Amino acid sequence: MYMFKYVSKRLGLMLLTFSIIFTMCFVLIKLLPIPTTALPGQDPEIVMKTLEGRGWITNIKEGSNGVWTYDRVPIMLQFGIYLKRIITQGDFGIATTYGEYLNMNLWQVFVNHLPPTILINIYSTLIGVPIGLALGIIAALKKNKWQDQVINIFIILLISVPSIVLALMIQYVFCFKLGWFPLTMSVSNDYFSWPVFRSMLPAVFALCLGSIAGYARYTRAELSEVLTGEFMLLARTKGLTKRQAIYRHAMRNSMVVIFPSILSEFVSVLSGSLIIEKMFGVNGVGGLYLNSITFQDYDFFMLLSGFYTLVSLTAGIVIDISYGFIDPRIRMGAK
Amino acid sequence: MMDYNNIPIEKFQFATRNDLYHDSKFETKPVSYFQGAFKRFSKNKGAVVGGVVITVLVLFAIIAPFFTPFKPAYYDMVYAYVYPKLNVFAESGINFWDGCKEKSTNYVGYLKDLALATETGRDVIKNGEYEVSEDGSVYTYRYDTYYGVGFGKYKTISAEEFKDIQEYQNRTGKQVLYPVVKSSDRPSLEKNKYDANIYYVVENKKASTIRPKLDKEGNIVPNYWKYEVGKASSTIPEYNSLRLEGEDGFEENGKQYYYAYGRKVDGGIEVRAEYYEYYIYRHNEVLKDGITEPTFIFGTTQTGKDIFACLAYGARFSFIFATLVAMANFIFGVIWGSISGYSGGKIDLTMERIAEILGSVPTMIVITLLKYHMGTTSQVIVLFIAFFATGWIGMAGRTRMQFYRFKNQEYVLAARTLGARDSRIMFKHIFPNGLGTIVTSAALVIPSMIYSETSLSYLGIINLEAGNTTSVGTLIAAGQQSIMANAGYVALFPCMFLILLMLSFNLFGNGLRDAFNPSLRGTED
Repeated sequence: MYMFKYVSKRLGLMLLTFSIIFTMCFVLIKLLPIPTTALPGQDPEIVMKTLEGRGWITNIKEGSNGVWTYDRVPIMLQFGIYLKRIITQGDFGIATTYGEYLNMNLWQVFVNHLPPTILINIYSTLIGVPIGLALGIIAALKKNKWQDQVINIFIILLISVPSIVLALMIQYVFCFKLGWFPLTMSVSNDYFSWPVFRSMLPAVFALCLGSIAGYARYTRAELSEVLTGEFMLLARTKGLTKRQAIYRHAMRNSMVVIFPSILSEFVSVLSGSLIIEKMFGVNGVGGLYLNSITFQDYDFFMLLSGFYTLVSLTAGIVIDISYGFIDPRIRMGAK
Repeated sequence: MMDYNNIPIEKFQFATRNDLYHDSKFETKPVSYFQGAFKRFSKNKGAVVGGVVITVLVLFAIIAPFFTPFKPAYYDMVYAYVYPKLNVFAESGINFWDGCKEKSTNYVGYLKDLALATETGRDVIKNGEYEVSEDGSVYTYRYDTYYGVGFGKYKTISAEEFKDIQEYQNRTGKQVLYPVVKSSDRPSLEKNKYDANIYYVVENKKASTIRPKLDKEGNIVPNYWKYEVGKASSTIPEYNSLRLEGEDGFEENGKQYYYAYGRKVDGGIEVRAEYYEYYIYRHNEVLKDGITEPTFIFGTTQTGKDIFACLAYGARFSFIFATLVAMANFIFGVIWGSISGYSGGKIDLTMERIAEILGSVPTMIVITLLKYHMGTTSQVIVLFIAFFATGWIGMAGRTRMQFYRFKNQEYVLAARTLGARDSRIMFKHIFPNGLGTIVTSAALVIPSMIYSETSLSYLGIINLEAGNTTSVGTLIAAGQQSIMANAGYVALFPCMFLILLMLSFNLFGNGLRDAFNPSLRGTED
């Protein structure tokens, strides 16, 4: 019962935070001038009518000099219309200034761009987490021996070299000099074919190096702390071999801290890395976001901002809640 | 059995004759918190090295802009993609950092470079050394990217400048202008017609790729425009300055000829100016901007920007900016965190909630919104506000934790009993104790801030170029484009800077954190 109460309280708080941020974003966006200029080849009347239809403006009139006048709908009313449309029809609007997707359904465009981002991140997690854990475990077990030193140097290097530089180095060496992979990811939709998979690999490597270093460092710190615990001594005294003691007691205890972060990593595969996506030309959500900023397509920006905020909030809450499920010592919500 | 409850008083004795021990003075010197921290820090070699590297980088960022005449706004499209050159290496003939690149080309390519070298007397092909592959199709040599520019395109200058250059040539004895080729003798395709490097007779004027036509001895035949002395046509301007060697009024068929050093066209005189000398002339005599010679220590980018200057100014901006933001974060975060941590209860809860909500907004969204609203103001201010808006939260959290740690300790209670005011307890009793940790974390935010700024510039969300500065991120973006042009050095220096910065800050930060952790005192001895 404690558990249920705690989880629902956390979820409620998360939703509250999310709606505050979302509302703030909406208000700030709506305070900006509405982009009413027609793109070349667009009929200004259609542009105005579209905006009226979306509920952003009202009372449109064409003046004698061809200039359109309109009244703005109060922002909170706009917000109501916006939310109503999202909830009843799942309609986030259409692209108004983002040339490539003009007049297309935003949600559809967004969903079409999700797979590359998710796939790259999933692959990188699948490669990065086991390697990171393994390195961390080796380093902790061989603490202060040469294996530990080597892994430590490796970790420090990987953590210190910024991902922007790492990605550039991978692109330069493997894609350009050696020519093993194409320079940028293929735009084909056939994500599970070999050529597309191959073109994803540099981005995957660039992403997973960071998580390898992170997990290795984290695991090493946690495990070596657990190994010095007194219950480990007890485990050995009652007759367990070193191997048994490490597997049954040390690993389990250190995983209590590490596992939640793995879980949250699987949540954040959705958002991905803007830098990697830009560098390797991944046709994913990141590129969409950057372009929506450049084109000032506000509805697009709202959708993607909401998405990124939601993902990061969820990732945070997953960590907190999973602690309670994994670690029997934590009674969530208990006073 | 003894009866311990009733020991007779006679059984008790003084342990020594002197009945009392007094506390004796410490014989060792007291070690203060900061002395101890410094001692622990200097024992950590990695941290010290990190500190030294950071100092060097900061010095570079502060001093280097004063030593280079170039500015981030400077660009010269003719000298695009010229390689890094350090005069020390270039003059001592070491094949490294000398502004040259390995070039592999076919015979025609080699011949063109050779032609340029022959005319100007420059080491376009370093030391004239080259290797030919076995089948004779590939020529490999070190190609000087500075001299290799040669003449660039035909250049149209004003009559005054033409005169001024002649005067300059007479004064210094350096040849800037070379004879031109008659318009009708030039190759016909647009891209070759204005290529001032083609001064020789070519095999096929209409071809896209120009092949020099050689004479019987295998030499290149110049195709200069010549005119009979005293019979200059109206299109050839007056020229009284340095001429090519042995060319001073040469005789042919009993008549005296001169080469034409310019051609009158609409809007001035079309000349062939050797760009290296012309560059020196232009920057020393006309612009007077302190640039004496085209020597780019870190090379130039695709648009001919000096990487050294861009990096130096970018680094300087980054450091100053990050320090300012860190200070702003520190001040605001400390005030917020101490109020929140010291008060506790409802105030704490409210302040925490506000900070949590603000902290959950992704930085990218904050920056974008600010950019939309303040599009016309400087990007630096947008960046500052955005980093401040998201950065103080961590600072406040750490301060709050320190306050929680100390506020219930006995000495605080004692101070309160003695009647100290809240503000006194906060800033005289609690804050100094947490200062080490707080300052350390404030300083360690600097690299991550520089990195965020770099990423944002790389992504193109922030563009600092407008404000007469630049960012390392912009340089890295330029470097990525240059990969295709096989000019890896463009990204090399900015990347090195970032790596060194992050690595040294990491080492330094680890050392600092350990040093300020009093529980580690004495563990290393």
